[in-house]
Amino acid sequence: MTALGKLVRTTTFKIVAVYLLVFAVIAGALILYLARHTQDLVVSQLTETVEAEVRILNDQYRIGGIRRLVAVVDQRAAQPGSNLYLVTTYAGVALAGNVTDVPTSALDSQGWTEITYRRPEGGESTRESRALVRVFFLQGGFRLMVGRDFEERERLRQILAVPARWAVVLLVVLGVVGGLVVARRVLGRIDAMTASSGRIMAGDLAGRLPVAGSGDEFDRLANSLNTMLERIEGLMAGLKHVSDNIAHDLKTPLTRLRNRAEEALRTSQGEAGYRAALEATLEESEHLIRTFDALLMIARAEAGEAREGMVDFDAADVAKSVAELYEPLAEESGMTLGVEADGPLPVRGHRELVSQALANLVDNAIKHGAGEVRISARREGDQVLLTVADRGPGIPEKDRARVLERFVRLEASRSRPGSGLGLSLAAAVARLHGTEIKLADNNPGLRVSLALPLRPGYDKA
Amino acid sequence: MRLLVVEDDRDAADYLKKALRESGHVAEVARDGEEGLALALDDEFDVLIVDRMLPKRDGLSVVSELRARGRSTPVLILSALGQVDDRVTGLRAGGDDYLAKPYSFSELLARIEALARRVAPQASDTTYKVGDLELDRLAHSVTRGGQDIPLQPREFRLLEYLMRHAGQVVTRTMLLENVWDYHFDPQTNVIDVHVSRLRSKIDKGFDKPLLHTVRGAGYMIRDGAR
Repeated sequence: MTALGKLVRTTTFKIVAVYLLVFAVIAGALILYLARHTQDLVVSQLTETVEAEVRILNDQYRIGGIRRLVAVVDQRAAQPGSNLYLVTTYAGVALAGNVTDVPTSALDSQGWTEITYRRPEGGESTRESRALVRVFFLQGGFRLMVGRDFEERERLRQILAVPARWAVVLLVVLGVVGGLVVARRVLGRIDAMTASSGRIMAGDLAGRLPVAGSGDEFDRLANSLNTMLERIEGLMAGLKHVSDNIAHDLKTPLTRLRNRAEEALRTSQGEAGYRAALEATLEESEHLIRTFDALLMIARAEAGEAREGMVDFDAADVAKSVAELYEPLAEESGMTLGVEADGPLPVRGHRELVSQALANLVDNAIKHGAGEVRISARREGDQVLLTVADRGPGIPEKDRARVLERFVRLEASRSRPGSGLGLSLAAAVARLHGTEIKLADNNPGLRVSLALPLRPGYDKA
Repeated sequence: MRLLVVEDDRDAADYLKKALRESGHVAEVARDGEEGLALALDDEFDVLIVDRMLPKRDGLSVVSELRARGRSTPVLILSALGQVDDRVTGLRAGGDDYLAKPYSFSELLARIEALARRVAPQASDTTYKVGDLELDRLAHSVTRGGQDIPLQPREFRLLEYLMRHAGQVVTRTMLLENVWDYHFDPQTNVIDVHVSRLRSKIDKGFDKPLLHTVRGAGYMIRDGAR
């Protein structure tokens, strides 16, 4: 492609061209309108002047006939800057007036017409000029012509023409400069965005689009794209984290599984030995399946796929039902499980996932807590909080954000059973509902709250 | 029982066929949806075991076609998709039960037997009786040897489910699904604790235990004499 072709294809060129065109059209229309209007004005003034003159002459003619008319015309024609006058006989011989070389055809008919004439000044005939005249036929074949030179119109036209020419030059310059400035400003930022996205595409996921800070459309665009990039980066980081953890948390039991099978084969200890090995293998595979299910559940909740399963339900019912399910277990573990849920607390959400998340929290509390576990459901603003509080060792503040991630188990609890996915599932369920999970100190112990949006349109009693 | 297994994976189908035969059932195998539908329409089976993803015609469409043609044979749907919402679509298509892969054979067997029993008339009985244990569904009362046993509402429903399936193995998941209506894994075996509570109420102080633990499978209520 030629350099010119490239130039024509750039948006800068197009913007400048459009700018120029728009400027030119507007300016042209303005000038044309102005010119027309002033010309019309001048012509109507000429007409009025001539008509006033005609009235005077007509009066004189009626009083004194052709003689008086000739005398008056002679007198008026001699005045400086006078109108044009001509009185002729039927044959076209001039009786009075200040015009010569009028084409005879101009006097052949009555009414308004434009003529070219010469005006004798100081005895000599001068330059040709144009005028607007009115012709009358009088009795006896005499003809009267009264008119006014177009001189004023010409002068006005010249007065207008010069600035108009300058205006055009100015317009072109302003149009080009304006177009260039706008194009440079707009396209410069687009180019910067293109360059940034190029870098991000090349793998710099931490990169962001430039924001000028002016809050204009480009900033809004850059901001929303940046938010999107942040979400993508977060998801990518999550994915990486998950794959790292899957590698660890699924491969470890898989390795154990394999080792057990190999060991049983190697050191065949009779039927009882095989049996024990197979039972251990089954147990290990159960554990693997559980971990896998939990991971799939989290992935689904996070992908927002479970959104279809949203229904209206009473959060207080869920709290009571989960408490009922876990109460015997707590008792067997030497703890008490209390529930505080005054319904109805209508929410819109995924009942099954919320129940599971709450069950996981209660399960955690029973595993790690001591003494008493309390489940509560209450309204707070336009949210319903499902809270599980225990009296266990709690979680140090610095670790609280981390335990919500998948597979994270604090060293202190590594040896206890569990997939380490309970809290992350609860967090994913909260995200599915557009809320979040909060960990707080129960002094002593841990207090975990899962917030749910109150059913839209539900009025407080 | 006569069973039809519609499953395209040869290994899985052969394993099921063999294991079912060992448990005293006869199983036919169909390898794709069309064949499965044709067999199910042609022949009488007690329960159909249908995989959800099949060649030629998927499992859900096999079930809905069967239902559209007026067949009410109980269907257990097997699927790798184990989430709640998948379950709901499976049951909506006309399945009677839904089991996620990978499953344990004892779970599958227990569910097949429960499904076969579902069509039996005694499901609508108002009283269940096992040995000297009696449950009155209308009066919400339980007696053993004429002695009143007060139960919590949930314990009553647990016993009711166990007694409806008296003589059959009932798994923990079946209890969680049918008595509590939960379809997730509660991590810890909370069900065991509920069952042992129930057991202490109905068996304690009587010489013959009725509520038995079936190792590696679940629970069963039955009169020890049988």
